[in-house]
Amino acid sequence: MTGDTLLRVSDLKVSFQTEAGSAKVLDGVNLTIGRGEILGLVGESGCGKSTLARSVLGILPKNAARITDGTILFDGENLLERNEAYLARVLRGRRISFVPQDPFSSFSPVFSIGDQFMELMKWKSPEITDAQAAARTILSSRYGRARRRRDAERVMEMLSAVQLPQPEAILRKYPHEVSGGQRQRLMIAMALLTEPELIIADEPTTALDVTIQAQILKLLKALAAERNVAVLFTTHDLGTAWEICDRIMVMYAGQDVEVAGSADFFARPNHPYTDRLLASLPGAEGGLQGIPGNIPGFVSPPGGCRFHPRCDLASDACRTTRPGVTALGSGHAVRCHHPLGTQFLKEAVT
Amino acid sequence: MKLLVILVNRLAWLIPTVFGLMAITFAITHIIPADPVAAVIGENASPEQVAALKEKLGLDKPLVEQFVIYLTGLLRGDFGISLYTQRPISEDLFARVPATIELSVVTLFVAIAAGIPVGVISAVHRNSLLDHALRIFTVSGLAIASFWLAILFQLFFSMYLGWTPLQGRVDGWGPDPITGFFIVDALIIGDFEMLGDVLAHMVLPVLTMAYPAMATIVRFTRAGVLEAISSNFVMYESAMGFPRRVIIWKYVLRSALIGTVTQIGLIFGILIANSVVVETVFDWPGIGRYAVDSILNSDYNGVMGFAVFTGVIFILINALVDILHGLIDPRETR
Amino acid sequence: METIRFILRKFFEDKVALVGLVIITALVLVAIFAGVLATHPGDVSTFHPADRLQGPSLAHFFGTDRMGSDIFSRILFGARITITIAVISVGLSVLIGVPIGLLAGYYNGWFSDLLMRVSDIFLAVPQIVLAIAIAQTLGPAIENVILALSLTYWPFWTRLVYAETRACKNETFVEASVALGASPFRVIVLHILPNISSGIIVRTTLGMGSTILTAAVLGFLGLGPPAPSPEWGRTIAESRQYLPNAWWYATFPGLAIFMVVMGFNLLGDGLRDILDPRIRRSKSNDR
Repeated sequence: MTGDTLLRVSDLKVSFQTEAGSAKVLDGVNLTIGRGEILGLVGESGCGKSTLARSVLGILPKNAARITDGTILFDGENLLERNEAYLARVLRGRRISFVPQDPFSSFSPVFSIGDQFMELMKWKSPEITDAQAAARTILSSRYGRARRRRDAERVMEMLSAVQLPQPEAILRKYPHEVSGGQRQRLMIAMALLTEPELIIADEPTTALDVTIQAQILKLLKALAAERNVAVLFTTHDLGTAWEICDRIMVMYAGQDVEVAGSADFFARPNHPYTDRLLASLPGAEGGLQGIPGNIPGFVSPPGGCRFHPRCDLASDACRTTRPGVTALGSGHAVRCHHPLGTQFLKEAVT
Repeated sequence: MKLLVILVNRLAWLIPTVFGLMAITFAITHIIPADPVAAVIGENASPEQVAALKEKLGLDKPLVEQFVIYLTGLLRGDFGISLYTQRPISEDLFARVPATIELSVVTLFVAIAAGIPVGVISAVHRNSLLDHALRIFTVSGLAIASFWLAILFQLFFSMYLGWTPLQGRVDGWGPDPITGFFIVDALIIGDFEMLGDVLAHMVLPVLTMAYPAMATIVRFTRAGVLEAISSNFVMYESAMGFPRRVIIWKYVLRSALIGTVTQIGLIFGILIANSVVVETVFDWPGIGRYAVDSILNSDYNGVMGFAVFTGVIFILINALVDILHGLIDPRETR
Repeated sequence: METIRFILRKFFEDKVALVGLVIITALVLVAIFAGVLATHPGDVSTFHPADRLQGPSLAHFFGTDRMGSDIFSRILFGARITITIAVISVGLSVLIGVPIGLLAGYYNGWFSDLLMRVSDIFLAVPQIVLAIAIAQTLGPAIENVILALSLTYWPFWTRLVYAETRACKNETFVEASVALGASPFRVIVLHILPNISSGIIVRTTLGMGSTILTAAVLGFLGLGPPAPSPEWGRTIAESRQYLPNAWWYATFPGLAIFMVVMGFNLLGDGLRDILDPRIRRSKSNDR
């Protein structure tokens, strides 16, 4: 872990009201990110990683979702104890910003790109102090000409930083007039413009062509490192995570199962699910193995470790109690009653 | 560039539509078996009198020739001679246009000013008690016969309470006609007492006409906002901490309205339909009132003149609305 | 059978549609049994000048009109006229509009284009304007009102059916039956029509409401059935010269129009929610 801890999520439980009953989408999740660190949050679609990302941002759907337990400490303050106005004015967009999955529909189609950049700067410019942001009223939302000019310069600098040619021309365009890759560069620019400490990037490359994905990832990594911005990066693609993450955390069905530094993660997976996940990668030994069984439902999920119905090593303990965190050294931790690590250690010895 | 294509398309569509409208009105008067001549001079006229009138009205010529005469007349703005007043219909209509336009524009303004906020609030608080109450209010607006509503308003506000004038555009003669729009004319001559009187006369007809128009606007706005509010850009803007009111009243509303701008034509249709009866009840000297007078006097030419005139205006408005939609929706034109 | 049961269950869950259905059922019953329900069944054609313009009382629930006739009874008989006009003119519009829409939608070619252009011209003008022109030419009578409304209303169905047929034509099951050699008639009647029927049903229900309003306007303007017909619009027009004293004269017929139109609109909105899966989905999303 580099530097001190920026974000610490502890024992977070979130449920959604559905017609079938209450779906326990997050079941006691822990997560930490240090300043300037890129953490990859990996898991299959529907494992709760987007819910986790949205919980941190505080934008879960109000009428359907409920946080039942846990804390989200950002820079030492518990966000769950803060009111919505404070989160919206001071945190969101300013200290924590967001890169969405689909850069096309995340722009309003009926305002020019420049308008939407300036709207962001109007409310979230780094020139605004926390106190000013917190005290925002309709009267104080004036956008003076001097600040507007300086903000416009910031925008132009940032557009060249994300390697967009002809920034003036792009700002005059509408979102449907630029390519998918350019739109995601614009989204990254918006996320960085407000000089945040944490960027939450929710599958930022899933909607893009494979050829463009790598460029965008490299860009995000370089710019984050340059500015010492931490990134919470969710993806279902281990290859992507490998390319840009300092650490990787795996989730399964709303539970965190393993976290490790990138190199360590690929070298010594300890949770049976992680192991299976790696084995399912093309090019892995034995090649392309699926994981038998399906992701369980969230309304009445399996007790204990939710992976146990699909796990070869499952024992009675797995069915009744959720395993605690086992630290394996150098930031590697696993939540499993039967971690595979011992086997690897044996191999390492012989 | 794309805007030019829309423009050309709309104009190319305009010509056959107007032509078709004229063909339909011609067919109604000349092919439907009815005898307008008998209606004018009565059943007891001698055959010579009938023949003379037929010749005067051009009804003795072959149908095709009559149609050509009818068409060329209309294209020159000649709607024929009123069978009742014996004056050119176009003169009567144009003299009455400002009264109808003034009423419609003020109505549209009121309906939009009330309908859009109500639609947004209804959508934002969907399925709340407020939403249900507003929906009952709007559904009622679409079920009320406007002539009945007009009479109830008169009965209550004018006759019982005496708050508003019973009918007419103004007490006495009104301002000297400069533009024909009394509000504008009163402002030009700076007669604020007159302005107040003009506005007082407008209150009830405007409210009557605005209610169903507003109900339509509320429905479209509510549906548009509900659709836009589930867009990804709303989620993104919330995640970036944009103020809620900016997200709703700027981004969501703009998206919702662009989709519903094309419905302005429909609302104009409602206004035109209601103006006929509302102008009758409030004795408002507009073209709707003219149509009803023509009906009462069995003036076929007058009724047809009204039908062609409002039809053409309605077609033009719809074409303008389409072009407007192209102008304000960047996805259409760029 | 399953779908019918599903629709019925949905229907009873949807209180709004149910209220609409109750109102319309009541209207139909009133129209059929007007002779039995009316307190003064003879008052459609007989007059009692001595009793003219009496306020509401136990003898005359809704008061009496300028001829001394019982307004309550006349409203009940007016329901017959309203129902007749609405059912026949909407029925005729459907009978004209739907086949044209099906044909124009199924076949490509200049004739389809021509049919659609013609219906677009009708749609380019507010219905009431053309209806007034036709009704005026034909003269005041119930059958002329029906004709004026049908002649101006069919293009609404043509538009709807045309669009849905076009969409339906490209569905796999239609293409498959065409490939299997089914005749166009068979394809249209057995495959396309059932699939677009829910849209037609919803439109027809809502169309009944708007037709009743338009018919009332024609009646109000004196273009409906002539005096002494108890048609609601005409009754309201008659009442105007007796205001403000005879408030009941205008109020109750208008209330009758409002209730009936409301009934059809509620039923139509409810049916749309139940029958149209696209809208149903978006509706459940917004909950």
